[in-house]
Amino acid sequence: MSITVDASKCNGCTLCVKSCGTNAIEIKDKLATIVLDNCNMCGACVSACPFKAISIDIEKQAAEDLSAYKGVWVYGEQRNGHVAPVVFELINVGRELADARNCELAVVILGNNISAAVAELASYPVDKVYVYEAPELEAYDAERYCRVLTDVTRELKPEIFLAGATTTGRSFMSGVAINLYTGLTADCTGLEIGEDGLLHQTRPAYGGNIMATILCPYTRPQMATVRHKVFPTSGKRASGSAEIVNLNPKPALFGSRSKITDFIETVGEKVNLVDADIIISGGRGMGCPENFAVLRELADEIDAAVAASRAAVDAGWIPYAHQVGQTGKTVCPRIYIACGISGAVQHQVGMRSSDTIIAINKDPNAPIFGIAKFGFVGDVLEVLPRLTKMIKAKRGAPATCPV
Amino acid sequence: MKICCCIKQVPGTTEVKINPETNTLVREGVETQINPFDLYALEEAVRVKERMTAAGDPSTVTVISMGPPQAEDALREAISLGADDAILLSDRAFAGSDTWCTSYVLAMAVKKLQPELVICGMQAIDGDTGQVGPGIAIHANYAQASYVAEIQEIDAKKLAAKRLIEEGYEFCEVKLPAVLTVVKEINEPRTPSLRGKMAAKKAEIIKWGAAEIEAPAEKVGLLGSPTQVVKIMTPPCREGGEKYEGETSIIVEKLFDVLSCMEVV
Ligand SMILES: Cc1cc2nc3c(=O)[nH]c(=O)nc-3n(C[C@H](O)[C@H](O)[C@H](O)COP(=O)(O)OP(=O)(O)OC[C@H]3O[C@@H](n4cnc5c(N)ncnc54)[C@H](O)[C@@H]3O)c2cc1C
Ligand SMILES: Nc1ncnc2c1ncn2[C@@H]1O[C@H](COP(=O)(O)O)[C@@H](O)[C@H]1O
Repeated sequence: MSITVDASKCNGCTLCVKSCGTNAIEIKDKLATIVLDNCNMCGACVSACPFKAISIDIEKQAAEDLSAYKGVWVYGEQRNGHVAPVVFELINVGRELADARNCELAVVILGNNISAAVAELASYPVDKVYVYEAPELEAYDAERYCRVLTDVTRELKPEIFLAGATTTGRSFMSGVAINLYTGLTADCTGLEIGEDGLLHQTRPAYGGNIMATILCPYTRPQMATVRHKVFPTSGKRASGSAEIVNLNPKPALFGSRSKITDFIETVGEKVNLVDADIIISGGRGMGCPENFAVLRELADEIDAAVAASRAAVDAGWIPYAHQVGQTGKTVCPRIYIACGISGAVQHQVGMRSSDTIIAINKDPNAPIFGIAKFGFVGDVLEVLPRLTKMIKAKRGAPATCPV
Repeated sequence: MKICCCIKQVPGTTEVKINPETNTLVREGVETQINPFDLYALEEAVRVKERMTAAGDPSTVTVISMGPPQAEDALREAISLGADDAILLSDRAFAGSDTWCTSYVLAMAVKKLQPELVICGMQAIDGDTGQVGPGIAIHANYAQASYVAEIQEIDAKKLAAKRLIEEGYEFCEVKLPAVLTVVKEINEPRTPSLRGKMAAKKAEIIKWGAAEIEAPAEKVGLLGSPTQVVKIMTPPCREGGEKYEGETSIIVEKLFDVLSCMEVV
């Protein structure tokens, strides 16, 4: 493994120096020079150099025959027989990838008493549904699920394996990839088959400030978790049904050192922010916890989930599960309505990939207006109740659309 | 009980500026910090130590970080916050490690230290994968629980945890040794004490390279990493759109129009 600068191509322009996050490049006599002790081989300079003067070489080869791996797999995450919405988005992008690779698309599902979910999945444009059903798989268990999925993957050898970037997908797919000694790219927002036939996986990093394209060239499967709501949901198949393949559970794989003792579903409101189509979010500008009721009333009216900035969560106005941002959740709903939120960068990183951002803030200079498609300068405590009232009054009346 | 906490040194802000002329990242003079989630992990580790020590089991917290030599600063800060000792995993050969290799290196250190409990943050704000904690569990063959919002009970053999997941809270019992990853809700980190600051200054940071943890070269760094970053770019900036000011009634009217065109109402 080495990083080299081609002296005949480098003119000392310093672009690479600026791109380096670890101060590992100096210009000496108009030539970029790598300070190896600081370099972490991230490749930022390779991308930044317009003259293609910098290259990183790895003397590496595949350890096995990669052509033995075929097909695209989607992990059919489910809870109590209910398939996670992101799975249908994965089917959509998975279908495109499978067509591009001219191979099959399969969903693999683990659980117990999941025949309805299996039938539902089979009604989508997938070729196969692999079903691993056993009482021991009733509830998600990181260790057990990881072992079972590792085993099936090893046996059936898919070329590409996608899962939702949910709390479940992120934690146990990591283990599957480690067991298989292959790569897992987290939280992808772009997936494409390149001319080289490889899966080009694009994902945001540094809070969305940069986009990185990642490959997994020497090992299989090429695994990725995919951010929710980035790809459209797949339509159902035109006719027929996918082939359902029941796999034989191997009890030897069911051992685990943990067990679930209880589950409390958050009731009463939609906190599953990641699946929400519309999110209405309140910040310090809401003033007090009671005022969140105003927000909730509007949320009920427009079927939105309620979120909050860290300031509101830290003040104890609303539980942490609702927090959006760097130390909370990353969301990308169709519409994000920020109410009394200044839009500090730590909040923005959690919501700026929303399709449409609407902001209501009484400070016309609040940074949130810099990313809001529709900004409203006003007092949330006056605007929201009146808006709710207007919605209730006009419900059902034909819409006018001046914007 | 021996407790390990994995912390990562990350840029002080993720606000990476973009040079408009060259369209490259400007990261000069960027400060560093302990990854915010790891402060919660560290606080929880220190709390478990205090809890176990009070219950008659003298316990210690060892912080580990894999990174360049300057990650030592993060480790010292961790000592000021209550960790007893610190190990820096630093080696040229580790450069370019993806999550497979990072969790491998950390797990090799864990195997050498043999703690009963390892606590990580739920994710790092730069790489933002959340894969390293669960990865350590697999490499080291420990039990695991991710997204932990509360350690309800703990003794020498097992712990009871409350996990925050999309649909609510899941409660589980996990045998030790185990790796946990924690969310912000779990605690409120303390500020460093004067005694802690003194300890941080004096502390000797142990440095381990690939040889000390017996990590073969082909399993670490760019060479050992199955993934490869091939392109980095800056996404187009998001821009503000229309801004409406004026009477509340006009604003409400406009807002209603916007929502109705978007078929919300
Ligand atoms: C390590 C770290 C991690 C962080 N993680 C997160 C995170 O995950 N999520 C997050 O949100 N923040 C996070 N923050 C905090 C973030 O930097 C901001 O402090 C926070 O988002 C501010 O919340 P706010 O906008 O609600 O409050 P403020 O910044 O106080 O803004 C309140 C806004 O409301 C407006 N306002 C007040 N009254 C009214 C009214 N009646 N009508 C209309 N507008 C009104 C004000 O003009 C102001 O713009 C983090 C910070 C750090 C250091
Ligand atoms: N280089 C590192 N050194 C120590 N701990 C790390 C390192 N990278 C990640 N971690 C731990 O793993 C968690 C998840 O990181 P990540 O998977 O990169 O999002 C962090 O919160 C840390 O606790």
